[in-house]
Amino acid sequence: MSDTVLTPTAAEPQLKTRRWGEGLGLRWRQHAGILGALALFLGLYLFYQLNHPRGFTGQILIQNANEVFALALVSMAQTVPVLMAGLDLSVGAVMTLVGCVASHLVDGSPAEIALGIVVCIASGAACGFVNGCVVVYGRIQPIIATLATSAIYMGLALILRPTPGGKVQEDLSWAVTSDLREFAATFGLFDDGEAAWLQPFAWIPVPLVLLALIIILIWVPFTRTVTGRTVYAIGSSESAAYMSGLPINRAKLAAFTLAGLFAGLGGLFLALQTSSGNADIPQAGAYTLNSIAAVVIGGTSLLGGTGSAIGSMIGAMVLRTISFNFRIFDVAPLLQPLFEGIVLLAAVSLGGLKLLRLKNKLEVFR
Amino acid sequence: MNRTTDTIIAPRRLRLGPDDKPVIFAAGFVLLILLVGTGYTVYTQGNAPLLQPQYLLQQLQVGSFLGIVSAGLMVVILLGHIDLSVPWTLTAAAMMATAVGGPWAIPAGIGVGLLVGIVNGLGVAYLRVPSMIFTLGMNAVMRGLMVAHTGGFAPATAATDLMQYLAVSRIGGVIPVALLVWLAVSIVAVAILTRTTLGRAIYAIGNRERAAYLSGIDTNRVILIAFALSGAAAGLAGVLLAGYSTKAYQGMGDAYLLPAIAAVVIGGTNILGGRGRYLGTLVGVILIVLLNSVLSIMQMPEAGRQIIYGCVIISMLLVYGRGGRVTG
Repeated sequence: MSDTVLTPTAAEPQLKTRRWGEGLGLRWRQHAGILGALALFLGLYLFYQLNHPRGFTGQILIQNANEVFALALVSMAQTVPVLMAGLDLSVGAVMTLVGCVASHLVDGSPAEIALGIVVCIASGAACGFVNGCVVVYGRIQPIIATLATSAIYMGLALILRPTPGGKVQEDLSWAVTSDLREFAATFGLFDDGEAAWLQPFAWIPVPLVLLALIIILIWVPFTRTVTGRTVYAIGSSESAAYMSGLPINRAKLAAFTLAGLFAGLGGLFLALQTSSGNADIPQAGAYTLNSIAAVVIGGTSLLGGTGSAIGSMIGAMVLRTISFNFRIFDVAPLLQPLFEGIVLLAAVSLGGLKLLRLKNKLEVFR
Repeated sequence: MNRTTDTIIAPRRLRLGPDDKPVIFAAGFVLLILLVGTGYTVYTQGNAPLLQPQYLLQQLQVGSFLGIVSAGLMVVILLGHIDLSVPWTLTAAAMMATAVGGPWAIPAGIGVGLLVGIVNGLGVAYLRVPSMIFTLGMNAVMRGLMVAHTGGFAPATAATDLMQYLAVSRIGGVIPVALLVWLAVSIVAVAILTRTTLGRAIYAIGNRERAAYLSGIDTNRVILIAFALSGAAAGLAGVLLAGYSTKAYQGMGDAYLLPAIAAVVIGGTNILGGRGRYLGTLVGVILIVLLNSVLSIMQMPEAGRQIIYGCVIISMLLVYGRGGRVTG
C-alpha cells in the first residue's frame, strides 16, 4: 500500500541515494518502521483486549476508534511536512480552529450541514495553504513559520469561540461516532442497516471506515502523483530534487495544504464527537506534540525522505492504546504522564541501536 | 559588544554585516512598540508610563526570566537542535528548590536543570535521537515525575529568602537584582560563544557537524555540554521564578518555551543552527517583553494577542530571516 517510493520513474533520484541492497531487502527496510509500529500496536491492543474486564465487545472498539480518530488525522497531517524534512507546529491549531468553525456551521437543514462541512474542510485546507505560502514565498523555515501561524489560527479560534460551546447536529454526530449499522439506521440507508449483505460489516466503527477512506481516496493517490513523489524527493535532498527538474514549490504548497486538510478533518471529527467547539490552547499544543511522537513511532524519519502517513496513523493508535492500557490496569492517574514519557523515550532510544550497525563513523552525522 | 561578537561570523568592517541587520531591525521595532504604546496611553489616559525608567525596569525584571531561558536555548539552537524540555525542566527546578530549602535550595534547582540537560545531551549526542523528540519525551518524564511528586497540586513549600532576594529585591530600591542575574548570564553566554573553543565548536557543529568532526572536534561532548547549559539556564530561571512568586506551581514553565524560541529567532539566530549573535537574542527578548506589556496596557484580549504575536514573528522574519533559494 505504501510502496509508493519504489514504483515508477519519478522516484529515481531517491532510489539512487539508497545505500544497501535491492529488491526484497530494500522493500523490507523501507517498511520496517511501519511493520514494527504495527507489531507494537497489535501486541499492545491484544494485551489490552485480553485484559479488559468486559472482554471484547463492539462498544469498546467503537469507543477506542472514536478516541483515536482525531489524533490519527493530526498525525497524518504532521507526516506530510515531515516527509520533506520540515515540521508543522500548527496542526493542533488548525484542528482547533476548524473544530470551532464546525461548532458554528454544522447544524440546521441537510443542505446547511453539507455546506458547513464543505466550509470546514476548505478552511482547514486554506490554513495549510497559507502555511505553504509563508514557507515557499516567504522562504521562512517551516518550524518557525508554522509556530507563528499557529498563534494566528489560535487567535482566530478564540474569536470564534471565546468560551467552549456551540452545537453540531445530533444525528450526524451520533452516526459518525458509532458503528455502520447505526450509521445506516440514522440515515435510513440499506433497510435501516438491516440489509443482509451489510451484516458481516455492521460492527465496524464508522471512524475506522472514514480513516480507511481518507487513506484510499486522498493519501494513496497523492503519493502516486509527481507532486507526491516530489515531497519525498525534497526530504531526501532538496537540491537533487531541484536539479532533476521536480516542481519543488508546487510540492511544498501541496504538502502544507494537505496537512491543513487532514488537520481540518480531524478538527471536524472532534467537533462532531464532542458536539461543541473549544479554543483550548493547551489541548492544541498537546495534539501537535503527540503528532510528532506518533510520526516518529510510525517509522517516519524526522530528517525526511522516508515514511508514510499510514505509519503515523498506526503510531497514533500505539500512543492511544498505551493510555487505554493505563485505564484498565488502574495505574494511578498521577503516574500516567510519567509512564507515557518513559515509553516514548524508550521507543525512540531503541533507534540508537542502529548506530551499532554503521561501518563508517561519518554516517552518524546523517 | 558589537566588535566582540563579530569575530566569528561577520568580518570586522564598518559596513553592516548580515548579522547586524536583525539586531538593528529588532531594536527599531522595540522603539516602534514604545512609540505606539506611548501614543496609546497619551491618547487614552494622558500620561506615558512606558517611558518612565521605573516602569521599564519593572518590565525588564519580569523579562529577565525569559532572558535567561532564551540564553540557554540559543546555545542549543546554534547547534541546529532544539530543547523542548524547557517548561518542565524549569518547573521541576523550581519545585525541587523550594522542596530542598535552606542554603542548598538554589544549587538543588540548578542541579536539577543541569541533570535534565545532561540526559538530553546523552540522548541527542550519543544515541542520536532527534532532539525535537528526545527533549519532548524528557519534558513528559519531568512532568510525570513532578505530578507524581506533588500529587498534582501546587507544593506547599515556599521559596527561600535568598531566592526571593534574587528575584524581587532592588539594589538601592532601583536596579532589580533579577536584571543583574540576567546580565551575569548574558556575560557568561557572550564569553562562551565568542571567547572559547567551546563557542567556536558550537558554531562549527551548527554549520556542518561532519566537517566539525573531521576537524577534530569531539562533537558529541560539545552537544552534551550545550544541552547541559540549556538545562542549567532553565533551572536557574525556575529558581528565580519560584522566588518571584514565593512558591512553585504546576505549569509555571508553560509560558516560556514558545516566547523563548521566538525571541531567539527574532534576534536573527538561524533555527537550523550555525548563525546568530547573542546581542540579537537580547534584543529579541526585550521586544517580546515590551510587546506583551504594551498589549496588556491596551487590554488586548487573548485572541488579538495571539494574532499580533504571530504576525510580528512572520513580518520580522520576512524582513531579515528569509532563507536562500535552492539552486542545486
